[in-house]
Amino acid sequence: MLGEQEIRKVALLARLELTDAEVVAFGSQLSELLDYVAILNEVDTEGVEPMAHAVEQTNVFRDDAPRPPLPREDALANAPKTDGKFFRVPAILDAP
Amino acid sequence: MHYKVVVGLEVHVQLQTETKLFTDCTTAFHPDRPNTQTHPLCLGLPGTLPVLNRKAYELAVKAALGLNCTIARFTKWDRKQYFYPDLPKGYQISQYDMPMSSDGWLEIEGDDGAPRRIRILRAHLEEDAGKNLHDESGRGQDSLVDLNRAGTPLLEIVSQPDMHSAVEARRYLETLRLMMVYLDVSDCNMQEGNLRCDANVNLHVTLPDGAIAATPIVEVKNLNSFKNVELAIDHEVRRQLEEFEQTGRKWGDPGVTKATRGFDAHRGVTVSQREKEEAADYRYFPDPDLAPVTITDEELEAIRRSMCELPADRLRRFEAAFEISAYDAGVMIEHSRSLADYFEAVAEGVGDGKQAANWITQHVLREIHERNIGIEAFPIGAPILAALLQRIVDGKLTVKSAREVFDALLQAADADRELSVDDVSRLISEMGLERVEDAGAIEAAIAAVLARPQNAKAIEDLQGGKQQAAGPLIGQVMKEVKGADAKLVRELLLKAVGQA
Amino acid sequence: MSTIEATAGELLARLKSRETTSAELVRLCLSQIDAHDGEIGAFLHLDRDDALRQAEAIDAKRARGESLGVLGGLPVAVKDVVSQRGQPCTCGSRMLQRYIPPYDATIIEKLRAADAVLLGRTNMDEFAMGSSTENSAYRVTRNPWNREHSPGGSSGGSAAAVAARMVPLSIGSDTGGSIRQPASFCGVTGLKPTYGRVSRYGLVAYASSLDQLGPLAQDVSGATRLLQAIAGHDPLDSTSIARPVPDYLSRLEQPLEGVRIGVVEEYQSAAGMDPEVSASLVEALDVYRALGADVRTVSLPHAKYAVATYYIIAPCEASSNLARYDGVHFGHRTEQAGNLLDMYCKTRAEGFGPEVKRRIMIGTYALSAGYYDAYYLQALKVRRLIRQDFDRAFEQVDVIASPVSPTPAFRLGAMADDPLAMYLSDLFTLTANLAGLPGISVPAGISRTGLPIGLQLLAAPLQEEPLLRAARMFEKATEWHTKRPPLVGSSFHFP
Ligand SMILES: [Mg+2]
Ligand SMILES: [Zn+2]
Repeated sequence: MLGEQEIRKVALLARLELTDAEVVAFGSQLSELLDYVAILNEVDTEGVEPMAHAVEQTNVFRDDAPRPPLPREDALANAPKTDGKFFRVPAILDAP
Repeated sequence: MHYKVVVGLEVHVQLQTETKLFTDCTTAFHPDRPNTQTHPLCLGLPGTLPVLNRKAYELAVKAALGLNCTIARFTKWDRKQYFYPDLPKGYQISQYDMPMSSDGWLEIEGDDGAPRRIRILRAHLEEDAGKNLHDESGRGQDSLVDLNRAGTPLLEIVSQPDMHSAVEARRYLETLRLMMVYLDVSDCNMQEGNLRCDANVNLHVTLPDGAIAATPIVEVKNLNSFKNVELAIDHEVRRQLEEFEQTGRKWGDPGVTKATRGFDAHRGVTVSQREKEEAADYRYFPDPDLAPVTITDEELEAIRRSMCELPADRLRRFEAAFEISAYDAGVMIEHSRSLADYFEAVAEGVGDGKQAANWITQHVLREIHERNIGIEAFPIGAPILAALLQRIVDGKLTVKSAREVFDALLQAADADRELSVDDVSRLISEMGLERVEDAGAIEAAIAAVLARPQNAKAIEDLQGGKQQAAGPLIGQVMKEVKGADAKLVRELLLKAVGQA
Repeated sequence: MSTIEATAGELLARLKSRETTSAELVRLCLSQIDAHDGEIGAFLHLDRDDALRQAEAIDAKRARGESLGVLGGLPVAVKDVVSQRGQPCTCGSRMLQRYIPPYDATIIEKLRAADAVLLGRTNMDEFAMGSSTENSAYRVTRNPWNREHSPGGSSGGSAAAVAARMVPLSIGSDTGGSIRQPASFCGVTGLKPTYGRVSRYGLVAYASSLDQLGPLAQDVSGATRLLQAIAGHDPLDSTSIARPVPDYLSRLEQPLEGVRIGVVEEYQSAAGMDPEVSASLVEALDVYRALGADVRTVSLPHAKYAVATYYIIAPCEASSNLARYDGVHFGHRTEQAGNLLDMYCKTRAEGFGPEVKRRIMIGTYALSAGYYDAYYLQALKVRRLIRQDFDRAFEQVDVIASPVSPTPAFRLGAMADDPLAMYLSDLFTLTANLAGLPGISVPAGISRTGLPIGLQLLAAPLQEEPLLRAARMFEKATEWHTKRPPLVGSSFHFP
């Protein structure tokens, strides 16, 4: 069972503000799902290569030739807040 | 207290590609025109997909080979996830557990002058973030985000903690930079942020009982010049020593974690950075949008063959093949690959490396510094300089005359004339500088000079054994016979006055 | 037959013979939408004027005798998850309410090149997460066969639009069954192609290694024609397959002699199976036997782990793919912003609905420090075992037949409080996404309560051609694909 603290920690990592009701609901729903997926532990996967791609190709490249960029107007068009040149966000205080 | 400084460096080098790592958007540097160099992918727009730039991968392989790394035959792409305004997708495409290269080394000159190998843990490819501009007023105004740089290819080179002084760290960076520039992997322009460095620093302190205690590791972020790297490490050493003396806190003590500090270049001190509210958890996982890369021995060999000689190898070869000093070879090689190429062309043309090195390290370097140009723009091309120096070597031109021709060549070029090899002989004859080997002509001039009444005193002094009296007489002879070799004139003069 | 009831192939014949025009078809579609979409809720946006302009341009080309692409003026509706320059692309999410992409997806370019008329954008579960289309932030889509029931999801709008004869063809996306299940619930044909067969460039990602775009139509031939238009290698998608596209249409009518059809042993005991669904599969197999098929049992020993595998992998990828919706560069931003962290957390809390939040939470948890190996890595390994099961099975059979969903369309709201129950109902479809296989849903029955039941056929990677031919054999021998929901038949106009 995932406790409140754990749910809140995951929510912070995912940058989701949860209501108290959501914390409770997700706590039980995630727990139920995790209980269910525990059946994967029955599978012997010793020596099995993980499969991250549905089609396993390699060496897909493109050439180093530029195409014109988007006009700045278009680049900023969908942004919630800009000054016409930059995207604007509340002051950044932390390092990444 | 006895202690050892321990430094490891993480260097981000921007690869010299036309386009970004995963989209065909230009990488040109335009901080004055924010957000003018983006494609939908650089903005992280929904539905966009990355496709790997082949050139970026090849440059990374070249760099890694230069760093003596093992190239992974299979490498993949991982997402490093965190929220930050300069990271539009919410993740950086990087390499986590299967980097494209690992386990290399770079040889630098150690503090004792002997060569030292700094081990390289790994070098991997990743995309750059954009740039955040913070409100400096302290009033908490909005930060600004420019995504021009977002997605630019970077090679992250992580060293082992093998450096033991700030000077060694600087030398490592200088050597690394030279290598990257030499291989055309990166221009390493630090003003443009094309080489960035984080330093991990701590001390191994020998305690009175002989035991070794490690101070807590500090990562000093975003050092943007070699000088700052040196200053920051020096400051950090003093600071850690002081802190250790006061607190005794050691790496490995409960609650001791790696701290992040910045460097305040104005005050010359490292400063603590605000700790984040949560522990970093990047949730790396393989990027499902990108195919892994494999490389065969043959492909690797082809890249190796396409690589130029590495700077360290070249230095050794210059010393041996051209019999020049390590110092002169170093000056030219470290200046630029093209200057070293220029030297090599001149030295081979003349067949005299010392002569070529002398001229290039003195006259050519002075000229290009004064003109603030690269050797590519220097008007006296290698064949022309070689032709000029050949005259000296062949004894057909004196060094002094050669300098006059050199200056005349530059004057002609400054008057917008395109120079050619023929200009050398043309100028020599126009200026009447052919070296005169004709003893008869010199002897005739000596006779004329000795006959001048005003020289009677000097002749007397010379005959009396005063060697320095010969100078003015030689000067007069040389004025009469342009291109006469001073040594020969002296010889014949002494003979004429009966002193030889 | 009235124009509005006609299949894509029939409409194309009428266009070619000049019995009708593309502009006429567009008007017909729009009037059908006007008449019924208030109730059904299949569309999110219509671009009436532009659709007519596109149609008129194609009509003019035809009039000039120019050769036209395979879609030759047919209207196509596109799920609102595909980027089209200048058009909304909400993904059914409040987060993208005002987002207008500045670029075209490859599939949009291909549809234009095939002379499709892009009619409008269809409703969907938010970011394609769901099996009911109830997770749309904008409207509920109702099943044209019974308005109290779900059309399925997440491509519920695309399926309902075709079922209600509002458009002859539509594009959906399928990450765990999101084309096939709504096709089954709405009594139409839906194909999920092999992963990599259709470019994902411009498809807003839910789970990148599972997502695939595909066609929905009234019949196999319509789906085949639309696949022909959209399939192909795309250098803008690193996961796209660089193989030539076969001419699917030319051999479609040739039956597969002695086709070997696999029935999955492990599915016989699947829990929660509706007896009518089981019966329809039995009947379908009888139809195939009568056509000379060789029906065999195959084993997929790891199939029972598919739901667990999927509900780790998909949320993990989703949690990452949806990190970009942070209120900085595009999309919704909260008005309540205090500091930056606050802005992120509130923006995402306001912009995402509960199912999306739930999957982001699952994925974030499963990828977080200390859990990666136990959940994500283990799921990737089981995924390979599932794929290997299929590889072995396809050594013995050409296609695998199964139900699409354990039940016909459920009632709206029936699954709302039980996410796990909803997830479990995807058991037959999501194996194809995990293994990258092509799969099709064709109409194969109608329940006593009047709801369609679909038959799923799966084939080995890139075996769309035999898959479609096998589906066409069944269709030819049955009438199910000609059944229409009750709403059709009264209010539309004859040209
Ligand atoms: Mg963003
Ligand atoms: Zn890095």
